[in-house]
Amino acid sequence: MLNTSVNLAGVVLKNPVMTASGTFGSGAEYSEFVDLNRLGAVVTKGVANVPWPGNPTPRIAETTGGMLNAIGLQNPGIDVFVKRDIPFLKQYDTKIIVNVCGKSTEDYLEVVERLADEPVDLLEINISCPNVKEGGITFGQDPKAVEAITKAVKAKAKQPIIMKLSPNVTDITTMAKAAEAGGADVLSLINTLTGMKIDIHRQCFAIANKTGGLSGPAVKPIAVRMVYQVANAVSVPIIGMGGIATAEDAMEFILAGATAVSVGTANFYNPYATVEVAEGIKAYMKQHGCNDINELIGIVK
Amino acid sequence: MSGQEESMAKCKETAIVLSQEQLGSDIFSMWIQTEKIAKEAVCGQFISVYTKDGGNLLPRPISLCEIEGDRLRIVYRIAGAGTKEFSSYQAGDSIEIMGPLGNGFPLKEKKAFLIGGGIGIPPMLELAKRLNCEKQVILGYRDEQLFLKDAFEPYADVYVATEDGSVGTKGNVIDAIHANELDAQIIYACGPTPMLRALKQYAKDNTMECYISLEEKMACGIGACLACVCKSKDIDEHTHVHNKRICKDGPVFAAEEVEL
Repeated sequence: MLNTSVNLAGVVLKNPVMTASGTFGSGAEYSEFVDLNRLGAVVTKGVANVPWPGNPTPRIAETTGGMLNAIGLQNPGIDVFVKRDIPFLKQYDTKIIVNVCGKSTEDYLEVVERLADEPVDLLEINISCPNVKEGGITFGQDPKAVEAITKAVKAKAKQPIIMKLSPNVTDITTMAKAAEAGGADVLSLINTLTGMKIDIHRQCFAIANKTGGLSGPAVKPIAVRMVYQVANAVSVPIIGMGGIATAEDAMEFILAGATAVSVGTANFYNPYATVEVAEGIKAYMKQHGCNDINELIGIVK
Repeated sequence: MSGQEESMAKCKETAIVLSQEQLGSDIFSMWIQTEKIAKEAVCGQFISVYTKDGGNLLPRPISLCEIEGDRLRIVYRIAGAGTKEFSSYQAGDSIEIMGPLGNGFPLKEKKAFLIGGGIGIPPMLELAKRLNCEKQVILGYRDEQLFLKDAFEPYADVYVATEDGSVGTKGNVIDAIHANELDAQIIYACGPTPMLRALKQYAKDNTMECYISLEEKMACGIGACLACVCKSKDIDEHTHVHNKRICKDGPVFAAEEVEL
């Protein structure tokens, strides 16, 4: 009997595969393609205290082996989310992780407090979105700010908190340690890398926001390196993500030190990717004579 | 939407190319044999087409030009590396597609204008086949490369406008409506945004119903990523702001519902 279950701050996931925030909505659209019961967790798109309209279009551009996005965290706000999205996800036997975004500390705390009595398993605090002018990444690029927002959220949160880290920093381990010092229960990384594409035919920026977050297979080696570095710098569990499309990709992150993994951009070109990764991890375990996925976490030193 | 059954099951499948034909300098037509998608599709919907080059991740949204049993036809313009790759496919090749996506045109029994501009022309063909009412087709082209024009002839009177004046009315589709003294009660249209904007105004001035099919850069194609939004008059169902998702809430909208 294979044990694929992993533990994130006391929350036991049936397998280490979850969705990367912003690539899977709240699961409804993808439930037409995959059985959400087969996922370790669904991580929702970021939700704020009030509805956010997001950025002007075009919001995305394809790049070689990846894509840029500057959606700008369009979301319906916590009221609609609580009424509609949480009951939808509760129909499934999967863990619910809510990604929380805000423009100020107060915004984050308002959402965290609203979720306190909701059937949500973990909160992922988005301090790393590169596409909004206020909030987001401004909290994630200075270790003092990372520690402060982590502490503030931890003090109010009923659920364990995941701090989602930005790769757009000189040394991600500094931010990881700051989040751990602030009381983070889990870290997730990486968010997208700030990039730019120029449309040479129209001689303008390819996306309206000028810059966007790069994701997809192109960023995977950077993400694996950062997961490895952070795993060796902190003791809290890590959710690894960045370009994961296959079980082989996922195993790189797990071997580098991730306890769980998120499938993001791959959903856009393979709506079955999450379940395929979960199945592929089992196949990998059998192939390597491993009965417990936990024995593989971080064994590449 | 009234008049058409909403299609239910969407899926991604490996389909087979039946034929590939070049219709213009950069316009291609492909018939595709599908297992499931064609049977579920209605006119005005689109499919996501995936490239085989792993460097191009995102699917290309392409409107359905014709739907016949388990076969689909797409007519597309080469706009970049992805569509260029598609144009190289030959009969017997596999093609990865997802669909059917989006809502489709409402089929109303009113005297209709079916208006297509440029690469917005293809989705009007299946509509021309399915609408059982008096209808006039007005097609806007750049020049004398009148791709698909003949295909419309069995279903309706066809009027042409060309930007360079080489065929039909010189100018745009509204110039062609005036020049031919046409009238109708409802407009269905797909084409460049300036054309759709002008038709929205034309419909308002003439108190006509008007349905337009929009496009935007897309990633997921199913309403999850929120990349392809357009400004809407009413609060949208998903986010409760004023952003409708072209891939899911559209691509066909009542013209007065969206800001162009």
